[in-house]
Amino acid sequence: MDTAPEETRPLLHMQGISKRYGGVRALEDAELVVHAGRIHAILGENGAGKSTLIKVMSGVVAPDQGRIVLDGAEVTFDSPAAANKAGVVCIFQELSLIPELSVADNIMISDPPTRFGMIDRRAQRRIAVEALARAGASDIHPSALVKDLPLSRRQMVEIAKALARKPRILILDEATSALTAADVSKVFDVLKRLRSEGLALLYISHRMHEIAELADDCTVFRNGQKIATYKAGTKSDNEVIELMIGREYQNVFPPKPAPNAAAKPILECRGLTWTDRLTDINFTVRPGEVVGLGGLDGQGQRELLLALFGVLRGCTGQIVIDGEPVRLASPAQASSGKVGMALIPEDRKTEGLMLPMTVRENLAFAAMDKVSKHGIIDRQAEDRLLDEMVKLLAIKTAGLEIPVGALSGGNQQKVVIAKWLMRHPRIILLNDPTRGIDVGTKQEIYQLLRRLADQGAAIVFYSTDYDELIGCCDRVLVLYDGAIKRELVGDEITEHALIASALNIDVAEAAKMARANA
Amino acid sequence: MSEWRYWFAEQKGTLLALGIFLVMFIIYTSNHPAGFTANVVQTASNKGVLLAFVAMAQTLVVITAGIDLSVGMIFLLTNCLASWLVVGGPVETTLGVIAVLLVGVLCGALNGAIVIYGRLQPIVATIATGAMYFGIALLLRPFPGGSVNEDLADALTGRLFGVIPASLVTLLATVLIIWVPFSRSVYGRAAYAAGSSEVAAYMSGVPIKRGKFLAYVLAGLLASFGGLFLTFFTYTGEAAYASGNAYTLFSIAAVVLGGVSLFGGRGSVIGAIFGAFAFRTIGDLLFVFDLDPLWQPLFQGVVLLLAVSLGAFALFRVKNRLEWFG
Amino acid sequence: MSDTVTGGDTVSRMPKFLRRADPAVATAFACIIALLIFGSLYSSSFLSPEYLLQQLKVASFLGVIATGMMLVILLGQIDLSVPWTVATGAMMASAAAAFGPMGVALAIPFGIFCGMMIGLVNGIGVAYLRIPSMIITLATNAVAQGLMVVYTGGFSPQDSASEAMRYLATGSLVPGVPNAVIVWALIGAGTVFLLTRTTFGRSIYAIGNRERAAYLSGVDTRRIVMITFAIAGGLSAFGGVLLAGYASKAAQSMGDAYLLPAIAAVVLGGTSILGGRGSYLGTVAGVILITLLQSILSVMQMPEAGRQIIYGVVIVVMLLLYGRAPASR
Repeated sequence: MDTAPEETRPLLHMQGISKRYGGVRALEDAELVVHAGRIHAILGENGAGKSTLIKVMSGVVAPDQGRIVLDGAEVTFDSPAAANKAGVVCIFQELSLIPELSVADNIMISDPPTRFGMIDRRAQRRIAVEALARAGASDIHPSALVKDLPLSRRQMVEIAKALARKPRILILDEATSALTAADVSKVFDVLKRLRSEGLALLYISHRMHEIAELADDCTVFRNGQKIATYKAGTKSDNEVIELMIGREYQNVFPPKPAPNAAAKPILECRGLTWTDRLTDINFTVRPGEVVGLGGLDGQGQRELLLALFGVLRGCTGQIVIDGEPVRLASPAQASSGKVGMALIPEDRKTEGLMLPMTVRENLAFAAMDKVSKHGIIDRQAEDRLLDEMVKLLAIKTAGLEIPVGALSGGNQQKVVIAKWLMRHPRIILLNDPTRGIDVGTKQEIYQLLRRLADQGAAIVFYSTDYDELIGCCDRVLVLYDGAIKRELVGDEITEHALIASALNIDVAEAAKMARANA
Repeated sequence: MSEWRYWFAEQKGTLLALGIFLVMFIIYTSNHPAGFTANVVQTASNKGVLLAFVAMAQTLVVITAGIDLSVGMIFLLTNCLASWLVVGGPVETTLGVIAVLLVGVLCGALNGAIVIYGRLQPIVATIATGAMYFGIALLLRPFPGGSVNEDLADALTGRLFGVIPASLVTLLATVLIIWVPFSRSVYGRAAYAAGSSEVAAYMSGVPIKRGKFLAYVLAGLLASFGGLFLTFFTYTGEAAYASGNAYTLFSIAAVVLGGVSLFGGRGSVIGAIFGAFAFRTIGDLLFVFDLDPLWQPLFQGVVLLLAVSLGAFALFRVKNRLEWFG
Repeated sequence: MSDTVTGGDTVSRMPKFLRRADPAVATAFACIIALLIFGSLYSSSFLSPEYLLQQLKVASFLGVIATGMMLVILLGQIDLSVPWTVATGAMMASAAAAFGPMGVALAIPFGIFCGMMIGLVNGIGVAYLRIPSMIITLATNAVAQGLMVVYTGGFSPQDSASEAMRYLATGSLVPGVPNAVIVWALIGAGTVFLLTRTTFGRSIYAIGNRERAAYLSGVDTRRIVMITFAIAGGLSAFGGVLLAGYASKAAQSMGDAYLLPAIAAVVLGGTSILGGRGSYLGTVAGVILITLLQSILSVMQMPEAGRQIIYGVVIVVMLLLYGRAPASR
């Protein structure tokens, strides 16, 4: 970058932006300066105001106060369409694709080519193919329905759709969270090319190494305010994290105790197979162990957890609990006292919680038999147990009677975990539990997992974040194409080994390659 | 996958509806005392076209993930109105037809306005507007009666060249003039998009409100086509509550048989038309087998129950139980 | 996050009854009072205890039916089989009453049982076969109609209601209080208890909000949906039994007039048609509101056409006042 950002006129300047939701302050006098031809990372904990800032910028919400100056002229966007027209395009964290329409329809959804007032499908398809190619996703057929595509492909369609709108400012809000590693590198190439074409890119991610690779400028937000803007590479990771959380950052992961090989396994999987997504899965988990599931996203990790929890039909092979084979045909059976499983699901908003219902109802929901007799709820017993849980997990809530949807993302996730802990599960399955939650809560969850393991629980933990697997797990099973390709134990769990086995290449070979590159 | 397989996947529901209809129709005609004659086809198509228009109207709303429980009442209202207005000379008749269609459009627009701009749930809103439309129909025709331009009526319910039922031709023309442009327009796609995922559609800058509104308006228009045709068949107007209700219910059945998803975003009017004809044929099967008409409601009900339960066989293919919950 | 806590504090400082009062329920009650005042201007006897008790009695038939409808709507489903479930309950109870003393004794339970069977088919269809409730209940309604048409030969049924049915609908155990009102009160109390104090009730709300999350929490959601539909069918049939007792006999299309009012009462009472949210108090308000409205229109000797129009307009206007979905922005 030959020109320093201070010398050119900013492409976008947001000044004094404030936004409240009811009594909650989301943004307070926030400021952001974005330059053309640069990638600008925005960092901050969840609830820091990043999402709101982006929503204001892309016309999804109207700010209470403040000005948006685009290219020297003040603008107001009263809808995403208006923002798009001005060249501000956002790739949202929640997917904005329409499942029942085709890929081509989706890419050209807002401004399709028309002939005689009707959509020109041939032209539309041509543009869609071009856009897919530009996004590095030529493998996607333009006639496929979006609902038939896996999550990572949909995300690529989302990116192609944004590119087809010819943006001047492209906003990526956690746009890589669903992507496979191979896609991420493709997307990064695309982003770098766009930067050289003079676009301004705003990049929001919780993954520090992505930001380190991509960003030119960084801005940190905290509590709805801009804390600092700096050039990438001028601050260490620790300094950045301190800016984000406003306190010293240390001891991310709790220490791992020595393994207890003598303990009898609680959970054993023998030759578990399901359709073509899971093939001959064998492993055991002992009490006190945290076993990670690694590998690229979408290699069968989610399916494995669902199969264990009794959600998948037509599984073959055996699930053995305490040495006894069991048949689990529903979550009700899997979580029953004899088996004692719990699953922290992938998506807390649709699978973990009933958002409009109260914290009380959500917390007690998985353990209603513990707070009721003959189906009648004992309010006092319930209060006692719930208060305990709220304290134990330090859930920040204004009480038990507020809707759980009003809590922050991290606290919502704590509610999901707490509701299962009320059952005192012996086997805890976690499906990417820290996705999209803030650093502080992540740390609390790591501590909690270890504490539960120390108390004798067996934990199976899938994460898309390699750092977590390295920091939390005693063992990691790396899945590739629905099968366990490698088991890493103790010190073997390194980023290097994880990535190498995830790509299904020989670890020693990969190490050699890494040395050669260095 | 090759191109035609994507096309096939998209048209699966419609093709299935066509299949059901053909099977039913073959059973029907092969057991009909008169066999496969122009007369039998004309009668079948005239009966089917009535439901087909109402089912088309229902489809447009269902695509937006809504439901219109007032279609049957719009159908009645326009029938009663037509029995007053579609009379006299060619000019009067034409003006009458235009007025009737305009009232259909107005009814649809009212539904759309309440649901979209008033942000009420379509089920409740259209139950309430349905009561209003029925009330107006009853004001117009407290007792069955009225008349219609019989030349026009006979022309549209007769046969072209002695073979082709004119009602079928009208239906086809309606599809070409209303459905095809709508489904290929930006607004039609907006209606699909809104039905499939309203949030995503909003985020993508799709003209959701106008798309949905247009769907409701056209639904009113199509229902009034049905009302007009009812007048052509019966030469009278009648505000029969049970009949209006039955058409609403049958339109939903036809839509389901036609492969239109009640959750919105998927299906086409063509499928619903086949669904309507299939449903009508099923109802008439009883007569060709010479059974007591007393059993017709039960027979129709059981067939409906079986038809909707058939879809459940797809459940056995579901390997992930979470898919039960959509 | 600290903001969330402050926001919550303001809420918790409000008195409990205010915090819990739903604006929809409050509006519905306000409308009831407005209707009473309007009615009393029209006719002085409108506020007399006899008239009001009579209204409550009429309301209790709708109340029993709307209770079942509410449970189903809380699940996020709908029951369109109400018309012929009501008629089936009435006809089967009356039919049983013709079978000697044993039949007389079992008339009411048998009527309710038949309704529960219809509800059970609905429930199995919705819960286990995953058929949209609007479709399956429509189909069972058609089947029930077909069965009753075949049974009665298409004419008005000849059997008349048993003594017990008449007593339940028209008698008064406590002097001055119609039995029907007591029946509704008991069913209402049971429903409130079910919804607020039992795990079953909580599961109903949870399923209405997000069945997937409820299922993954280890609740057998399908069984709960099925049972709820069966209960709703039983309540509809019980409503039919009471109506047959009130009119001394069952009639062909006696249930037709109850589908729309039942849905309207539930929704006007603030229960979300999408499920998961609503209180029984609201349904009570909705039932009384609908009944009063019907009564005023008939006192004014409004012809059927005008009644239908006013009816529709009132529902739309009231829902526009408080039943609107939040704006998307």
